[in-house]
Amino acid sequence: MDKELVKRIKANPKYAELVSKRSSFAIKLAVFMLVIYYGFVLTIAFNREFFATKLSAESVMTVAWPIAVTIILIAFITTIIYVVKANGEFEDLEIAIKNDAKDLL
Amino acid sequence: MLKIFTLLALSSLALFAADGEKALNINAVIMFFIFIVGTMGITKWAASKTKSASDFYTAGGGISGFQNGLAIAGDYMSAASFLGISGMIFLHGFDGMIYAIGFLVGWPIILFLMAEKLRNLGKFTFADIAAYRLGQKEIRTLAAFGSISVVILYLIAQMVGAGKLIQVLFGMEYEYAVFMVGALMIIYVTFGGMLATTWVQIIKAVLLLSGVSFMAVMVLYHFNFSFESLAVKAVENHSLGEAILSPGGFISDPISAISLGMALMLGTAGLPHVLMRFFTVGNAKEARKSVVYATGFVAYFWIIITIVGFGAIAFLNSAEGAQYFVDGKLFGGSNMASVHLSHMLGGNAFLGFISAVAFATILAVVSGLTLAGASAISHDIYANVINPNATDEKVVKISKITVVLVGIIGVTLGIAFESQNIAYMVGLAFGIAASANFPILFLSIYWSRLTTRGAFIGGFMGLITAVALVILGPNVWVQILGNEKAIFPYAHPALFSVTVAFVSIWFFSKIDTSDRAKHERELFRGQNVRANTGIGAAGAVSH
Repeated sequence: MDKELVKRIKANPKYAELVSKRSSFAIKLAVFMLVIYYGFVLTIAFNREFFATKLSAESVMTVAWPIAVTIILIAFITTIIYVVKANGEFEDLEIAIKNDAKDLL
Repeated sequence: MLKIFTLLALSSLALFAADGEKALNINAVIMFFIFIVGTMGITKWAASKTKSASDFYTAGGGISGFQNGLAIAGDYMSAASFLGISGMIFLHGFDGMIYAIGFLVGWPIILFLMAEKLRNLGKFTFADIAAYRLGQKEIRTLAAFGSISVVILYLIAQMVGAGKLIQVLFGMEYEYAVFMVGALMIIYVTFGGMLATTWVQIIKAVLLLSGVSFMAVMVLYHFNFSFESLAVKAVENHSLGEAILSPGGFISDPISAISLGMALMLGTAGLPHVLMRFFTVGNAKEARKSVVYATGFVAYFWIIITIVGFGAIAFLNSAEGAQYFVDGKLFGGSNMASVHLSHMLGGNAFLGFISAVAFATILAVVSGLTLAGASAISHDIYANVINPNATDEKVVKISKITVVLVGIIGVTLGIAFESQNIAYMVGLAFGIAASANFPILFLSIYWSRLTTRGAFIGGFMGLITAVALVILGPNVWVQILGNEKAIFPYAHPALFSVTVAFVSIWFFSKIDTSDRAKHERELFRGQNVRANTGIGAAGAVSH
């Protein structure tokens, strides 16, 4: 990439804003997902009996199923949350940065 | 091309006639041929549109986010997912879900941390990203090794699924079935490239989603749409009883659990045929959208496949289900549970439909895999290392030769690994992707201190560790090689091999004080700007 262009973009406060906002948002969501997933895996590893708990006295269903379905849904929902923000707010910032550097592009 | 196809069709029909113990299913055969003729038509259309290398590898970047989402979901809902996971649930109950969840949660992580950067930095393959500021030769060689290992392992799993499926339906010899899949796949990819591969994948994804949905509705219909009643029946009919409703002996110790979890999640971010799909869309915005669609389809699919798996337990282990067993074992193996279930639910016509869909699934995924393998050789090794001045034409030609070679390897190994559980094989492919591809990709995007030397040595150490531990582990050392006791006690090596990769990449980059390393670290600034803004990205749409 052209040095002048890199310098100019790096100096643009919008670039700093984009990078810090986006990465902190992405990291938060990623950590959230990792905690949920490893919580699930580690519970299987260390406390398998918990998953065998029955939903109610007369039911054969265990808590394992609703938990599994919930994790699947959470994965989908966090994906939507990220994309809505990335394709809106972050995308706008990106466009603004590109506009500011138009003469060098 | 049509000639080849006709020959293939005739020879396969001749083979069906040499029937074994199960009768030829006419409905299934008709469905098969409708699908094959249809996709051949698409291939022909795609061939006419595929002119440049960019067309061949990325369908010219003209796929929309929604289409790409379906195609990614299609790559995901492979034979291992559809046949393998439903088979696993049929055998072990809840344990099958552990795989399903691991496969899925890899998605959001890729999206948050990598999808966009991949799209901004890459062109055809994921090696483009790692090679952006590092030494072309070393990095591309390494990435090609990683890609090829993953592709071959994954390919074997799909081939085994295809062979078993056709064996069950036609009583056709397993070897011929695998050969037929290999031949069709070579035709799709060599003639139609990424465009044909993508469309075959999209069509299959739609067929598969509707097929399993129908199956799930039929299963639930028998139980008045109560999952509870279905579970009661399943527990009653399964030899493990209530144990099928919670995690069982499948993952017996914490280290295996963590290791498998790591392989499934990080492996997703290192699958070459899925990563390639980020380059078929026009820009980062579409790339992100495609992940949302893909995650939605895959999430839905996993929930539905649970019902199908439990339906298989409830229906097949009953008096009427006994016809699907030979000597106390499910005909064709546990991978065929959902196929037999389709016959019980909807008769021959539905069996035909589901089998054709399963076959389509395998064809579509092997095509994507083969294309990824071919790109690793032709784009990464040939065009960037061996002959940097090669013309587009020449590169595409090398790709096509590679496709044929990968096809032959896939067929040969598919025959050798006939009796492996396909979901397990895919678990291994994920383990290698997580250990060899993911660390390099991740660190090249995020770590400015990374150097070629560090990436090269560390990447190979991760790859070699993963492969070695798999060979020394229980599944190969004991089950395939017939030794008494495994040298490495765990079936899934990712925890160890991923750690080896990260630590050694870090260590060898850290001690690298060469001028070249200094230069590479300086290039990170520019790379980072492009990764974050997409300025200068290949094929990006200008605003």
